[in-house]
Amino acid sequence: MLAYILRRLISIPFLLLGVASVSFLLSQMTKGDPLAALVPERMMSNPEIVAAVKAEWGLDQPLPIRYVRYLGNLLQGDMGTSFSTRRPVALDIAERLPATLELVIAAMIIGTFMGLALGLLSARFRGTIVDSVARIFALLGSSLPVFWSGLILLYVLSVQLRIVPGTGRLPPRVQPPPDVTGFYTIDALLAGNFPLFLQVLSHLALPAFVLGWAVTGIITRLVRSSLVEGLSLDYARTARAKGAPERIVLIRHALPNAMIPLLTILGFTFAYLITGAVLTEAIFSWPGIGSYAVRAAASLDYPAIGGVTIVGAVAFLLANLVTDIAYAWANPRIKVH
Amino acid sequence: MSPLLKTKDLRIEFRNDDGIWAEALCGVDLSLDPGEVLGIVGESGSGKSIAMMALLQLLPRGARVSGSARFKGQELIGMPPARIRQLRGKSIGCVFQDPLSAFNSVLRIGDQIAEAITLHDRSMSKRDALKEAERLFELVAIPQPAKRIRQYPHEFSGGMRQRAMIAMALANRPELLIADEPTTALDVTVQAQILDLLRDLRKDLGIGMVLITHDLGVVAGIADKIAVMYGGRIVERGTTDDVFYHTAHPYSAGLIGAVPSLDGTGKLQQIDGTPPSIFNRPSGCSFHPRCSQVEEICRMQTPELESVGETDCACHLPLVTRDAKVAE
Ligand SMILES: Nc1ncnc2c1ncn2[C@@H]1O[C@H](COP(=O)(O)OP(=O)(O)O)[C@@H](O)[C@H]1O
Ligand SMILES: [Mg+2]
Repeated sequence: MLAYILRRLISIPFLLLGVASVSFLLSQMTKGDPLAALVPERMMSNPEIVAAVKAEWGLDQPLPIRYVRYLGNLLQGDMGTSFSTRRPVALDIAERLPATLELVIAAMIIGTFMGLALGLLSARFRGTIVDSVARIFALLGSSLPVFWSGLILLYVLSVQLRIVPGTGRLPPRVQPPPDVTGFYTIDALLAGNFPLFLQVLSHLALPAFVLGWAVTGIITRLVRSSLVEGLSLDYARTARAKGAPERIVLIRHALPNAMIPLLTILGFTFAYLITGAVLTEAIFSWPGIGSYAVRAAASLDYPAIGGVTIVGAVAFLLANLVTDIAYAWANPRIKVH
Repeated sequence: MSPLLKTKDLRIEFRNDDGIWAEALCGVDLSLDPGEVLGIVGESGSGKSIAMMALLQLLPRGARVSGSARFKGQELIGMPPARIRQLRGKSIGCVFQDPLSAFNSVLRIGDQIAEAITLHDRSMSKRDALKEAERLFELVAIPQPAKRIRQYPHEFSGGMRQRAMIAMALANRPELLIADEPTTALDVTVQAQILDLLRDLRKDLGIGMVLITHDLGVVAGIADKIAVMYGGRIVERGTTDDVFYHTAHPYSAGLIGAVPSLDGTGKLQQIDGTPPSIFNRPSGCSFHPRCSQVEEICRMQTPELESVGETDCACHLPLVTRDAKVAE
């Protein structure tokens, strides 16, 4: 088990090197001139200014040199300076990452919880109206685009019914909690500010639900089919033959078996959530990596694009590593070997 | 003495994909006294398992069961779910063919056995139930019980797993143990050990048993009486000795021929052909297409189970009367 984790850990730097190279090359091959973002249009005709800017940003060097320099800087945690914010990309990302992680983790919790609950309900009451309603709800989540369901829910729940607050992590002019983890929920609790915590939570609820709903469908389907299959297997018959009521056969016997396939897709789900977060953040004016990425892409801010790509890849690799470990842990047949 | 188990005209129907119902069990009468061992023997598909699963209402949804099955006088067919659950695992224990798939692979064996106990005794703590599981492991001769109860099913060998399964079935000291092909999935040497164990348990605990098998050799040394099944019916019924030494039904004779003989020839005799599907049963006696001595009546009329010689037999031309004719 330990050897397995080590093996996986060793492979990560190589994968990252690949990701960094691809992201660098892509940025070089893309059409569009980053100078446009750096040099005001009316100065473009001035060759001296253009040359100075090129030299300042390293755009005058040949490609291999830029590549080696890029990797060298990356190793020191330097992702370059953003063309548009004129700040180190690493700093921009570090500031925004907690907002995205808080959103994605909350969405993951909501999505998994709803998926499990709906999967259990529809397996327990399969073939009844409960089953149909649960499956339709789950299906809607995965088929409605996040920006559409997000906008509709935002309009209905926030603008019309005023059940939830508007966009952003907090209302305007409300001071965020003192920065410890960057997760407002945790920081508010650490500061002992419970009213603020509730405020943070109410802002988090809708975007996290919208994003979580998007993955509820696949989780529900998987949980339901694993459970229904489990209920027809020999071990379920054994449990019934012991006198277990159907509810216990489902929860104590079929559910732990369903956790194994569930864990394998959670990593995939996490990757999906990170991409989905881009749209969700844009709609809910969420100051995270997603909205940063959208802006970086729109303004051909190569250093920022590269930074976001690498952070995304790291998140993806880590999620997969955690998934594999959890899988091995949940499955006693693997744990031993 | 009132019987422990008595079925009367027990019938089971299934529906195929076209919505057509067919009888998989066509009226089975069985009876078992407390402490007795009944062997149910027949090739695969003859209805042995479903007959026993029907008693505990463990058939898949969509099966239609009729007739009567009484356990200590209580009617099991149509018994409300809450009441049948109180009997399952408490008064009637079950052992299944493949102990690897019959155990839940992600739960520790000890926890699964403890569950069998706590399901029926809410006041018992998990700790005490695990202690009891250890004692049960000693009963079925599993070494190092304290260590073994913390292991998962895949960490057991096939034979040990089946012992654990038997321990689980005995957890609440049931009066009836139903063992469905308990040795089929095991190696020959391990088979013999499991049969020895069942024999010992029967002697020590005085428990009634229904032992299902397709192998007459398995029941020979343990069953008091035998019911031979074919095509959803009992075709021969009697004490073990009578079925072996005064065989009346050609099918039973064929099965006995399929037992490796001990006279050193080691020859295995088989019955030709395969059992019919329930949706495509032959007319008359459903064994007639495979029978070596068929006459016109066998194709026309289904034989009733009647007392013939020493056993009850459902055959128009039972072997005993043939032998008598030959002797004349
Ligand atoms: N769920 C089911 N649907 C349809 N037919 C079934 C079902 N279960 C069993 N049968 C049929 O009932 C017959 C008896 O099955 P079974 O009791 O399992 O035989 P065995 O004697 O091998 O234990 C078989 O012919 C099988 O095809
Ligand atoms: Mg069977």
